[in-house]
Amino acid sequence: MALLHELKAHEARTLLDQGKVSALELTQAALARIAQVDEQIKAYLTVTADAALAQAAEADERRRRGERGALLGVPIAIKDVICVPGAPTTCGSKILRNFVPPYAATVIEKLRAAGAVITGKTNTDEFAMGSSTENSAYGPTHNPWSLDRVPGGSSGGSAAAVAAQMVPLALGSDTGGSVRQPAAFCGVVGLKPSYGRVSRYGLVAFASSLDQIGTFGRDVRDAALLLQAIAGHDPRDSTSMPLPVPDYTQALVPDLQGIRVGVPQEYLGIGIQPQIETAVRAAIQTLADLGAEIIEVHLPHTDYALPTYYLIAPAECSANLARYDGIRYGLSQDAEEIWDVYRLTRGHGLGAEVKRRVMLGAYALSAGYYDQFYLKAQKVRTLIKQDFDLVFQGSAHTPPVDVVVGPTTPTTAFRIGEKVNDPLQMYLSDILTLSTNLAGICGISLPCGFADGLPIGLQIQGPAFGEEKILRVAYAYEQATTWHTCKPPLD
Amino acid sequence: MVLTRQQVEHVAELVKLKLTEEEVRLYQEQLSAILDYAARLDELDTAAIPPTASVLPLRNVMREDVVQPSPGHEAMLRNAPAVENGCVRVRVVLEESN
Repeated sequence: MALLHELKAHEARTLLDQGKVSALELTQAALARIAQVDEQIKAYLTVTADAALAQAAEADERRRRGERGALLGVPIAIKDVICVPGAPTTCGSKILRNFVPPYAATVIEKLRAAGAVITGKTNTDEFAMGSSTENSAYGPTHNPWSLDRVPGGSSGGSAAAVAAQMVPLALGSDTGGSVRQPAAFCGVVGLKPSYGRVSRYGLVAFASSLDQIGTFGRDVRDAALLLQAIAGHDPRDSTSMPLPVPDYTQALVPDLQGIRVGVPQEYLGIGIQPQIETAVRAAIQTLADLGAEIIEVHLPHTDYALPTYYLIAPAECSANLARYDGIRYGLSQDAEEIWDVYRLTRGHGLGAEVKRRVMLGAYALSAGYYDQFYLKAQKVRTLIKQDFDLVFQGSAHTPPVDVVVGPTTPTTAFRIGEKVNDPLQMYLSDILTLSTNLAGICGISLPCGFADGLPIGLQIQGPAFGEEKILRVAYAYEQATTWHTCKPPLD
Repeated sequence: MVLTRQQVEHVAELVKLKLTEEEVRLYQEQLSAILDYAARLDELDTAAIPPTASVLPLRNVMREDVVQPSPGHEAMLRNAPAVENGCVRVRVVLEESN
């Protein structure tokens, strides 16, 4: 039998059902693994060991009473932008250092109802703004595959915790690639659901028209099981769609007969690390071997996704982050005059990238520049969305495709410190993931190879509420390959 | 430089950020570079294109106004920097008129 901390969630579930292992043992193994490796990785900001052990004992009791469930007794980590009562939710920011949320996010209520064991909160770029976790006020997370490299971001702590086998599952959030990009850098599976698929109630807001909670696992089945547990309409989030949630495990079939895979020409070539292009082209051949029909498609506005995103997301964040004013919660720098309380609190409490984006956003929204920047970006967003609509619905020139496939990132994980002084270079690492969020569609990244010992991610994007399609293609590919069985050299 | 020093100071004041001298210089340079890059959107003719604020078909979502359990007064004040008589204490907001 594999060591307990190495088990995937579905493997752990089987052993739990058979009574061969207890939730308490699994949780103790996770906590021991965290104690063993997290000093080097720094994936966690807070480990809630006592609460986890209590939740594990409760899960064992529920199992003794006959209850069963995919996540009942399975350890999980939560990105520190999602509210879990009883421990701080810092968002990787000094401004929320001591903030303990008075309520639970809907996804946390759902996970607790399902019996998942919450082990703690994971590191993130401040307010999820970043691509490396280097923007965390609490220091960077290290990539388990190479400790001098970033794990990606912003959900780098969650990706690293899963990759380093501290926990089988983790939640992240993805506003422009913040689940998929770290999944690619850390060699795990990361799924960004369609906008509206998962409730954002209790997810600290960054850019409200783009934010979505996503799932991490060490295989596609686990990422799907976790999505199953958190998906669905929530009356407390007016942007969650009132649609039924399909049984995602039904999509996990190992062949691709009748599936059309679109390969956007804009996603390969210029600017992509050659080893990544080679790995992705090989992956596309594997999809063809599994029965998929490969079709060349075009997403002509791909190049405009980055400037569009870096106007819309900052504009929304400048409004969302106005709430951190030192009055009701969080850091407060006292001053004689109330306006100075605001200025000093925000000046001290917010980090460089957050300040940059809040100012950029306010500028793009300000009188005289609104039409030129913000409105323009919203119009180009329409064009980007239409590109995907055409590809998924088909046109006179091409038949409709089920999914679109390409690399998740233009490079493998870069070195810590390499891009911190050049914001534009940092932004470019998200160039292949941003348009998913702008279009509101779903995407998944899964391992498809290595370059010099660093993982490469294959990105599969599907239409809005088409999670079954991306899961099917991802699962079939994974079952035909062995990349997901590779483990980082930590022991 | 797309942005002047005065514009950076103006926008910092809009978002109520106290910046150091060094920050003003740095952000003038960095925000200018980002806006320069963003200007490539001008290559596209969008005169006839409607803007997208949300990708969802939902508009004006309503629900029944039902009383639900809430964390309660005390829990909501627990994170406040200063509390007095069950209220959040703040500095004077309205100044005396002369």
